[in-house]
Amino acid sequence: MTASRSRPDIRAEYKHLLDLESESIHIIREVIAEFDRPGLLFSGGKDSAVLLHLAIKAFQPAYLPFPVVHIDTGHNFPEVISFRDKITKQLNVELVVGSVDEAIATGSIPPPEETNGSRNRLQTPVLLDTISRGGFTAVFGGARRDEERSRAKERIYSLRDESGKWDPSNQRPEIWNLYNGHIKAGQHMRVFPISNWTELDIWKYIATEDIELPEIYYSHRREVFERDGMLMALSPVMQPGPGESVITRDVRFRTVGDMTSTAAVASEAKTPEEVWIETANTDISERGATRADDRFTDAAMEDRKREGYF
Amino acid sequence: MDLLRIVTAGSVDDGKSTLMGRLLLDSNALDDDVVSAVRDASKRYQSDSLNLALVTDGLRSEREQGITIDVAYRYFSTSVRKFILTDTPGHVGYTRNMVTGASNAEVALIMVDARNGMVEQSRRHSVIASMLGIDHIIVCINKMDLVNYDEEVYESIKTRFTSLMTRLGVTNVVYIPTSALNGDNVVDASDNMPWFTGDPLLNHLEQIPVRAGLDTLPLRLPVQNVIKPQQAGYDDYRGYAGSIASGVLHKGDRVRLLPSGHETTVASIETPRGPVEQATAPDAVTIRLADDMEVSRGDMICSPDEWPQTSSTVGAIVCWMDEQTPMHEGAIYRIKQATRSAKALVNGIEARFNITSLKGEPEPESLQLNDIGRVILEVDEPLVYDDYATNRITGSFILIDEATNATVAAGMIGRPRFSFSLNSGNVT
Repeated sequence: MTASRSRPDIRAEYKHLLDLESESIHIIREVIAEFDRPGLLFSGGKDSAVLLHLAIKAFQPAYLPFPVVHIDTGHNFPEVISFRDKITKQLNVELVVGSVDEAIATGSIPPPEETNGSRNRLQTPVLLDTISRGGFTAVFGGARRDEERSRAKERIYSLRDESGKWDPSNQRPEIWNLYNGHIKAGQHMRVFPISNWTELDIWKYIATEDIELPEIYYSHRREVFERDGMLMALSPVMQPGPGESVITRDVRFRTVGDMTSTAAVASEAKTPEEVWIETANTDISERGATRADDRFTDAAMEDRKREGYF
Repeated sequence: MDLLRIVTAGSVDDGKSTLMGRLLLDSNALDDDVVSAVRDASKRYQSDSLNLALVTDGLRSEREQGITIDVAYRYFSTSVRKFILTDTPGHVGYTRNMVTGASNAEVALIMVDARNGMVEQSRRHSVIASMLGIDHIIVCINKMDLVNYDEEVYESIKTRFTSLMTRLGVTNVVYIPTSALNGDNVVDASDNMPWFTGDPLLNHLEQIPVRAGLDTLPLRLPVQNVIKPQQAGYDDYRGYAGSIASGVLHKGDRVRLLPSGHETTVASIETPRGPVEQATAPDAVTIRLADDMEVSRGDMICSPDEWPQTSSTVGAIVCWMDEQTPMHEGAIYRIKQATRSAKALVNGIEARFNITSLKGEPEPESLQLNDIGRVILEVDEPLVYDDYATNRITGSFILIDEATNATVAAGMIGRPRFSFSLNSGNVT
């Protein structure tokens, strides 16, 4: 990022971002006050980068008083893993990693049927195991309600039972800014401080705050192939099938999940400002454009969340 | 650009979800793939045209039953402001969700089916909106297409609501005849109702003032955390973190700490953007004080001139939310008020309010699910509070049942802004 880039004045132009920021920090501080062992789920994506940025702000000048938790599916983009390592070191925060590859190797989860298939469902047991082994009683996540319909119905404090499951019909009323953090042994709370942010808010905030992201969020030249109308990145775990040919394109990623399920979009946007202009003008939603995993059924996310998915 | 929070309420089938869908569609807030997904789903759920309710009804059981069962949050913005729409269920069993959705709203949008007029649920939601202190209420008299866009139907419903709202002490009420299905008076003015000269819904939403007056109230800063960095160089640092509930805070201001009653001076104010001279509600700040004082979570940093009340006995309106167990005199709950958490004994249930008659029944046996009543609580630590009518943040609380961990009540300290007549005298 160039130093000469002029940053918009957040106070004057984006009063609503300040309100969202205050709300998120309030939530993060409540969790630290009321839970003995919180952790922050960090995927290396833009939402978790914003969440981490807010958590740092909530306690400065003190260091972040809890660890960052990452579930390494083994199919992550290498750029995201190196960003994770760099940022946690730079911010002096503890990193806890749960590894899907390791869980398969030790036999704690059954080996996948296809070697390079989606690891979406495989990461759920690893996530739950990492939470219970780490003794985490509250886990922050960067989910936003505007991402998807079932997320639009989830509370900021989302109770998970002893087996990590979400019960959408039995959510606690959430009134004013008073959160009920009471849990029983074995349960844990997922907490979503940026629930009320939209994709556009995230980009405006990244631009005004100069938040660093993995470089694949910005336009870069990459070998891709087209599948089901989406541009998939060529990688060891993602190879073209019959009739699919590899092409070189200027692309960026709108969301960052596994290489097997996250598609790129054609884009020339090289800075947060350019991305936000592109986001403001797009006709396709974030998940609809880029996430193969949400396309199965119209309740795909709800089903995965019920099982304990983040 | 500022942020306006809106709650929608109404009875089952009044068309709330459809109105939300219409607002999102006509203001171009929906992406193409979402519209086409809704179009596909509409066909699967046997709907001939685009079923707008499916935009917000996200859970499988809702789609199957065709009703909204939980609070859904939707976001859209125009060139003027960003909106957070909270869609709450109309079914009577889900009144607690209406309270959830309405507690942070600045505007309540109450939907009425023009064919049915005011029903029990519209009264209940109007009462809740008034109790929660929502300053702006918009009544959408919907499904006007099913009553031939008849002005008289609109006028007669409006007359009934006007008298209810007057009794409830709500002064800022706007009435709009709509057809969410066809889009009349939602984003665009209606050609079908030339007799209506008011603005369509979206225009109103763009013009309502946001959180007016919070900064003119006296300073209240409930302390959330004490920040004591462990790293070298910060040995003497003690910061008090919290969100300003009301008022304006300046560096150098004299402040009073409650419940201790000590006074000191603000030495510095830190915000997410660094040190500042001044901060305003609802900013999240960390402040340092000039003197070494014993301050901890639950304490409140206040204006030295206008104090909140400090007492371990409080009278409050509660909305009871527990399905399993009613509230009885003598029961003990965990109370969470501002950042204070303590034990509260129900020392008496003064009255239960009958929503239909708007009368109070004195000294009921208990409060059942969805009941609203006035209670006296005895708390094991003094609470620092204002009346809810003057300050929503410092005057509100929740009760938690420690056996089940359920949130069982929403509470508002003090009296409602309207008076319920009791069968024997007045609760005022």
